[in-house]
Amino acid sequence: MPLLSVDRLSTHYPARDGTVRAVDDVSLEIVEGETVALVGESGCGKSTLGKSLMRLVNPTSGQVTFKGRDVAALTGKELQSVRRHIQMIFQDPFASLNPRQTIRTILTSPLAVHGIGDGKSREAIAASMVAHVGLPANSLSRYPHEFSGGQRQRIGIARALILQPELVICDEPVSALDLSIQAQILNLLVEMKSELSLSYLFISHDLSVVRYFADRVLVMYLGRIVESAPTAKLWNDAKHPYTQALLAAVPDPSRRKQAASITGDLPSPHNPPSGCRFHTRCPLATDICRTDDPIYTQLGGGHTVACHHAQ
Amino acid sequence: MARLLEVHNLSVGFGNAQPVKGVSFTATPGEMLAIVGESGSGKSLTALGLMGLLPRHAKTGGEIHFDGRDLLKLPEKELRGIRGRDIAMIFQEPMTSLNPVMTIGDQIVEVLRIHEKLNHKQARLRAIELLDLVSIPDAAKRVDDYPHQLSGGMRQRVMIAIAVACSPRLLIADEATTALDVTIQAQVLQLLDRLRSQLNMAVILITHDLGLVAQWADRVVVMYAGRKIEQGLPDVLFETPYHPYTQGLLAASPRLKADYHYRDGPLTEIPGSIVSAAAELGCAFRPRCPVARSACGSSVPALVQLSAEREVACPYVPAIAEASYAASVRR
Repeated sequence: MPLLSVDRLSTHYPARDGTVRAVDDVSLEIVEGETVALVGESGCGKSTLGKSLMRLVNPTSGQVTFKGRDVAALTGKELQSVRRHIQMIFQDPFASLNPRQTIRTILTSPLAVHGIGDGKSREAIAASMVAHVGLPANSLSRYPHEFSGGQRQRIGIARALILQPELVICDEPVSALDLSIQAQILNLLVEMKSELSLSYLFISHDLSVVRYFADRVLVMYLGRIVESAPTAKLWNDAKHPYTQALLAAVPDPSRRKQAASITGDLPSPHNPPSGCRFHTRCPLATDICRTDDPIYTQLGGGHTVACHHAQ
Repeated sequence: MARLLEVHNLSVGFGNAQPVKGVSFTATPGEMLAIVGESGSGKSLTALGLMGLLPRHAKTGGEIHFDGRDLLKLPEKELRGIRGRDIAMIFQEPMTSLNPVMTIGDQIVEVLRIHEKLNHKQARLRAIELLDLVSIPDAAKRVDDYPHQLSGGMRQRVMIAIAVACSPRLLIADEATTALDVTIQAQVLQLLDRLRSQLNMAVILITHDLGLVAQWADRVVVMYAGRKIEQGLPDVLFETPYHPYTQGLLAASPRLKADYHYRDGPLTEIPGSIVSAAAELGCAFRPRCPVARSACGSSVPALVQLSAEREVACPYVPAIAEASYAASVRR
């Protein structure tokens, strides 16, 4: 049984004229110990999907099953008990920590909320977590502003891991960091994963980071997952024209001054194109793409694609 | 080729802090020069210095020769004639650098009327031409749009249209594509590359993205903690980086080794952070450097020129050690 399975999940936001279909009919699975990356351009719905899984945003329809329980239907105490096992790491290490709380408060609050231990044992857990993520031992009584960006991200990671979750949703955890710090944080996440046997949903727009970090990749476009495959397979054998374009757009020294892979911008999720949502930018688009929504084709080896023209 | 820009020993200080500590580089017409560095390296302050846009209380030193004139010595009035006309700049955030209550057409017209003395009608026609030049579809219609009606990539194109309105000879792009998605980023760089050759304009690309530099730049300057620590042609520099910092950056970058996976092992880290550079008397990279020796703490390593395009500031790079050994033997 997968750790998390998402079945036909949709999250729509009401807007002044109609609805924004941020996540539209998405299904996915994460098995224990797996790192699944969710990639796509800004506005494709990847963050909304992440938040929907934790019920930070309420999904409009569909099921989110975590260890046999439907997260989408839970309320109150039951929801809280599931959330203990699903935690989140955010992009901006400056905005996601309360500047007026000490690291002690930031790290012990989740324990207090979930009624774990007493004051003294919480302090001990926090102190060991601080050491675990490579922060200086005297960090507990300090405030976020006393730390650098990379260290703040370590605090964010410590906060997410202190409840010993099973699934961690990482929403662009390294995109705000300098390159020299990115590697430190990625290595820490890998280390924590094997030490605490975590599974990750890794939301990112940076394909080179995903190439290193993910076991499997889901490519999202305008609220839909258009292709999914094991990482190496996707890199070598991407079938969806959008995935191919994304991969080709990653700057690469061996392709000096090469032309851009696709033209045009992401259409508005407010009023997505008919048929296949990618047809307005797709080099292969034909009539059927303008009218019919492509269904998922299983290509074997865990490779799935939604395209009329993928072979 | 004649040099368009010659920056000599530029420094920028605020009170006791010295975020830019003597940087020299040149740019020639039609060239794309990349200045790479992480936050705190001084790359953006260097750019603002070129534009004369540093805050009034900033203390500057050195020389910026643009077309034979030292920009640091020019009175503000003359600088205004150069800024926006001969030297233009585009910024990271296209949302905040456009005026939200003016149509994009009017924002281009404004530049043209100030610098080119065109009347409103001529300027509007030219604005449409410019939008067309930066590949905005339906330029004649979009000219009356407000910034909020455009996507991020389109806004950055408008910024570029404003920047190149007076055919500048130098365009500074400060992290101009950082906020954009990869597919849009590729489009914008392609546009900059085309304009560079069409207008024979030098472009200074300020960025932290090594992949981008490797793909698009003609020459690369690497900065760390306010100093240039290495310079070279991109293929040479990325093939054999000399400075331990450049080596570390390339090793830490997942982008440049496409087949490496976390199950194969950890990424190479550069330990610590740039914050440690502030207290250093010697080489600013010493606290993070894997090959640091005690001598590194006593004096700032000099930038040594190894060939026409190759410079590096680390005495323990084998190529430099050999060069200085040869020199001492000759003596």
